[in-house]
Amino acid sequence: MQTKKANKLTVSELFGKLLSQQIFIPIAALLLLAIFNLIADPSFYKITYGINSAGAPVLSGYLMTILDYGSELAILAVGMTLVTAASGGQDISVGATIAIAGSVILRVLCGTNSRPDTLQAPIIVAFLVACVVAMIFGAFNGVLVAYFKIQPMVATLILFTAGRSIAAWINNNELPIISDPVFSYFGGFIPGIPIPTPFFIAAAVVAVAALALKFTNLGLYTQAVGINESSSRLNGLNPAFIKFLSFVILGLCVAVAALIKVSRLSSINYSVIAKDIEMDAILAVALGGNALSGGKFNLTASIMGAYVIQFLTTTLYKFNVQSDALPAYKAVVVIFLVVISSSVVRDYLRNIGSKISKKGVA
Amino acid sequence: MQKKRKTLTDANLLLTITIVVFFLMYIGAILFQGKGFLKPQTFFNILNANAALLILSCGMSVVMITGGIDISVGGVTALVSMCCAVYLDYHNGNVLGAVAIALAIGLAFGIVQGFLVAYLDIQPFIVSLAGMFFARGMTTIVNTNPFNVANEEFVALKNVRIIIPGMGSLNKLGKYVNAYVEIGVIIAILVVIILFCVLKWTRLGRFFYAVGGNSQSALMLGINVKRTKFLSHLLCSLLAGIGGFVYFMHVGSGAASHAMGAEMNAIASSIIGGTMLTGGVGNIIGTFFGVLSLSTIQNIVSSAGLDQAWWTGITIAAMLCLFLVIQSVVMARKKK
Repeated sequence: MQTKKANKLTVSELFGKLLSQQIFIPIAALLLLAIFNLIADPSFYKITYGINSAGAPVLSGYLMTILDYGSELAILAVGMTLVTAASGGQDISVGATIAIAGSVILRVLCGTNSRPDTLQAPIIVAFLVACVVAMIFGAFNGVLVAYFKIQPMVATLILFTAGRSIAAWINNNELPIISDPVFSYFGGFIPGIPIPTPFFIAAAVVAVAALALKFTNLGLYTQAVGINESSSRLNGLNPAFIKFLSFVILGLCVAVAALIKVSRLSSINYSVIAKDIEMDAILAVALGGNALSGGKFNLTASIMGAYVIQFLTTTLYKFNVQSDALPAYKAVVVIFLVVISSSVVRDYLRNIGSKISKKGVA
Repeated sequence: MQKKRKTLTDANLLLTITIVVFFLMYIGAILFQGKGFLKPQTFFNILNANAALLILSCGMSVVMITGGIDISVGGVTALVSMCCAVYLDYHNGNVLGAVAIALAIGLAFGIVQGFLVAYLDIQPFIVSLAGMFFARGMTTIVNTNPFNVANEEFVALKNVRIIIPGMGSLNKLGKYVNAYVEIGVIIAILVVIILFCVLKWTRLGRFFYAVGGNSQSALMLGINVKRTKFLSHLLCSLLAGIGGFVYFMHVGSGAASHAMGAEMNAIASSIIGGTMLTGGVGNIIGTFFGVLSLSTIQNIVSSAGLDQAWWTGITIAAMLCLFLVIQSVVMARKKK
């Protein structure tokens, strides 16, 4: 429908329409990547049905990898979008807090022994404890940002530095290993279901978030605070509390992502787990077309953004790019994105667009 | 100037807190950690190990005074070390060429980041985050494996020790050993002095403060705000290039994991030194003491036997948190 209308519009309006559609950016990026892969190597899209090492039927292929690994990113993107919208800044401590929450899960499951034969506590208890801990750390960030009025990225820099150290300290720097196969379901496959479990977990998180946004005023209040803090306060909102709440919600998302992350390995590596994931999460929000300076947000676009990022990562891996070199390529993408979405460049493009259309009319 | 003001200004208050904290900490270290800290060489070793951090922190302070932030400095340091190492060892380069490479990398980062921040009005944090990841990724692309530089000219330069007269001490064998500093420390001290003068007595220095304090009124006063922001980022990245070379001279190797978290330490030092995150307030002397406090506490932590890596991270984070809260309280008081 959009394109039919667009035929009648002038070039400048077309530019404006396209750029103002938030979901347009991630979809365009996805199409670009998809076409690139199709030309470079169509086998990228091959999905095979096989049996994994545990004897369960699974689907495998690059697309499945994207669904699998993009899911924890999508979960984080939900929380990161809210934080971005409310506070106008980003939380760069998510990777470190994932390490903390993961460490807590393992600590509760293992008890005092680092190589238990049986689980010392039900998985659900471990997960709930991790949720509480991650929310406390989120609350710590939230207090610094909302009540002490410290820039979000600098406030979260504290946990960014200390987080992995705290994670190591929780487990006395041991590397616990869980041998129970049930624990690996969360990051792998449930027997009999050939689609990776993280995808379902992400779907559940997204559903809860969507319901919360639909039936509560959370979304509206968050945007109001992000757009103009003092006017929202004059309208009877409590901006500090809304900001605080967004960080606590992000803490919850972090705990869920941590469960997936530690379940994948059935263990933890404090310095490597979820490394650089904060960059990806911020990138997902930016790619979703959300203003990084706060205000309006679009959750669907962010989640799309998360899967597009994973698409990019998987594509780069396929071309044998080393994992350490990945950030360089992603950084180029980030710079490109922020440049085209910056207001200066947008105005410039719009000017060019209107000049062209004027010439056309004359 | 001091006579005119009867009460402490916020800037002076923060600076005083920093200096007092540093001296308390050092005295505490001497009291509880034994006589090691009494030796002048212990102090000079702290300087030797942190000369690069000092240079990085000075650049960071300038950017923060102007109201921005630059977290790419650690990545730039690693990239400079790696490029210089590869140039010296694999291409038989000379030291001057390596210095030129270091400066060129710093300038390139400064120009790109400064342009994006100042003229395209993109948040400095996002730009420099991308810069950091780019630099780290490029370091791996240039060379994957860490290696030590064997270039003779460079190794000779690396081992130059400048002896400080009258500050020696007896070593364990009872032999008198002169206290020394490395070349990097001299460069760092020069940077501190030059920047102190620039910030205090030049137009550009005043512009930095004016833009950071209130960019709107700076614009009204006819200051070229965009150019000032651009220059602050340029200066910071250039100093990151210089700091990268000094770091390289200290460690003498190239590795992708070099200067991990240096940006964090630089920001922490600046904040501890009384530079306000909101811009407009800050002092290079404070930054100098900030670096000293930070490195002393690291030294205390490691000599207290808590050498597990995590303690350093936690103590720095705790210190940063403390000073951030102090700043926030000072700001709240100012508004009243």
